[in-house]
Amino acid sequence: MQLIARAVGHRYGALEVLAGIDIEVREGETLALIGPSGCGKSTLLGILGGMIEASAGSVELRGVPPAGCLNPLTYVFQDFALLPWRSVADNVALGLEHHAIGRRERKERIEAVLALTGLGDFADAYPRQLSGGMRQRVGIARAIAVRPAVLLMDEPLSALDAQTRELLQEELTAIWARERTTTVYVTHNLTEALHLADRVAVLSRRPGRLKQILEVPIPREERASPAHAPMLAQLHAALWDQIRVEAAAADREVADAG
Amino acid sequence: MPAEKQPVPFRGAGFDPTPRRFASWIAFAGILLAWQAASSTGLLPELFMPSPDAVLSALARMSASGELWLHLGTSIRRIVLGFLLGAFAGLLLGLAMGIFSMARAVGLPIVSALFPIPKIALLPLLILWFGIGETSKVATIALGVFFPTAVAAKTAVDGVARNLIRMAQSFGTPASAIVWKIVLPGALPGILGGLRIAASIALILVTAAEMIGAEYGVGALVLGAGNLMQTDKLVAGVVLLSLMGLAVSFGIGLLERRLLRWR
Ligand SMILES: Nc1ncnc2c1ncn2[C@@H]1O[C@H](COP(=O)(O)OP(=O)(O)OP(=O)(O)O)[C@@H](O)[C@H]1O
Ligand SMILES: [Mg+2]
Repeated sequence: MQLIARAVGHRYGALEVLAGIDIEVREGETLALIGPSGCGKSTLLGILGGMIEASAGSVELRGVPPAGCLNPLTYVFQDFALLPWRSVADNVALGLEHHAIGRRERKERIEAVLALTGLGDFADAYPRQLSGGMRQRVGIARAIAVRPAVLLMDEPLSALDAQTRELLQEELTAIWARERTTTVYVTHNLTEALHLADRVAVLSRRPGRLKQILEVPIPREERASPAHAPMLAQLHAALWDQIRVEAAAADREVADAG
Repeated sequence: MPAEKQPVPFRGAGFDPTPRRFASWIAFAGILLAWQAASSTGLLPELFMPSPDAVLSALARMSASGELWLHLGTSIRRIVLGFLLGAFAGLLLGLAMGIFSMARAVGLPIVSALFPIPKIALLPLLILWFGIGETSKVATIALGVFFPTAVAAKTAVDGVARNLIRMAQSFGTPASAIVWKIVLPGALPGILGGLRIAASIALILVTAAEMIGAEYGVGALVLGAGNLMQTDKLVAGVVLLSLMGLAVSFGIGLLERRLLRWR
């Protein structure tokens, strides 16, 4: 489905965090959201998913939900947000409870997503027994089990070590290749954004405005190939220029105020 | 530096509790033996401190005559009744204060004001209301259990990770299910900790209440034996109290291990 934000603005009390955001997430694409720290990325994601009430503007979902969709707007969290008293399978089950699906289908869906995320052998394990990477796999499994129309991910891999992050990036690429789930992906990591996204949206410093949307003109499956390295490096430099300008300006504003 | 070989000494030992299985039993037996020896040699006068075997035989005598079971049964009944009443009501109020803003706004100031009162001070008033019988004692215990349970339950609900609640909301979990599936399990460790404290308060209160006005009960046994200078019976009563405390703590430990296996 498409997710469309119109003139979205937000303030926390006197602090203006977002201003005039117009953004259109296209059906089936992965849109990365980057911007300097504190510019309102998490807030925007919260507004897109209906977890934060915007101070201005509106968000709408358009199109036909995928077959078997139980929860159109579904999050994957940076801190995983797993229930420590539930096993892996029961954590995945949470998103399927309170929806009109039968016991059989619930069980099938859980088995399918656990297999897809390589957690088949850990269905009965508790979160404390899992590594960070496996915990986030559970978070991803729980999210795709509901067959979301739009997947909202807030720095899902930033709590993980570099190797695990790269492995999970590959797995996400594989999942998107199969499911084509529309995704909004917040990240600090430009390389990650260029690796995973079809388009990269750059927010300005606070109050966050949409500065630019950049297409990554290489198919996702081919981006690891050395042939594309120069172009990716160029895009990286272009994005970094934008972020650096904004972050430096934000720092100067803080210094002036202080 | 001279080209000398130096072994690197290990210095990371210690400050790491490791189980010593028999140490506690041996220490316990040692204390009993020393106590027995001090009594047998006359170092500890029998009148002020009975020997362990005198305490044991007092326990055996009272057990045979049924006196022990009468006192113990009476105390246990009061504790159980008072604890169940107080814990149930305290849980209801504490959870309500944790979950509903209105209950918190109304309840918290009242609970905070009444919490610090030593509940035994209310016993005379409760005797005026309910008479000297069981009701006033059970009510004292119930009040003593009610407040710490309510406060612990409210604090435990406050401590439930907000991100888990938001997560459940983002999956469309209805509010009532969030209470059942997130808030209650998340608050359970804190609630059990509160119940543990409440149980020890119940033990103190039953003893005190039985010392103020009761025919039967371990508190009455201890006080009566003291008045008659029957120190063997007195210490036997104290041993009973200690065993009751251990039993309560064991029971709650069992609950914790069963219910909090995920930790
Ligand atoms: N609940 C809140 N109440 C008040 N201020 C908030 C709240 N949440 C966020 N803020 C402020 O709003 C601004 C934007 O926060 P947000 O978390 O959306 O930024 P972000 O771009 O996700 O930052 P980061 O890159 O560090 O994750 C920050 O200055 C933050 O301090
Ligand atoms: Mg953020």
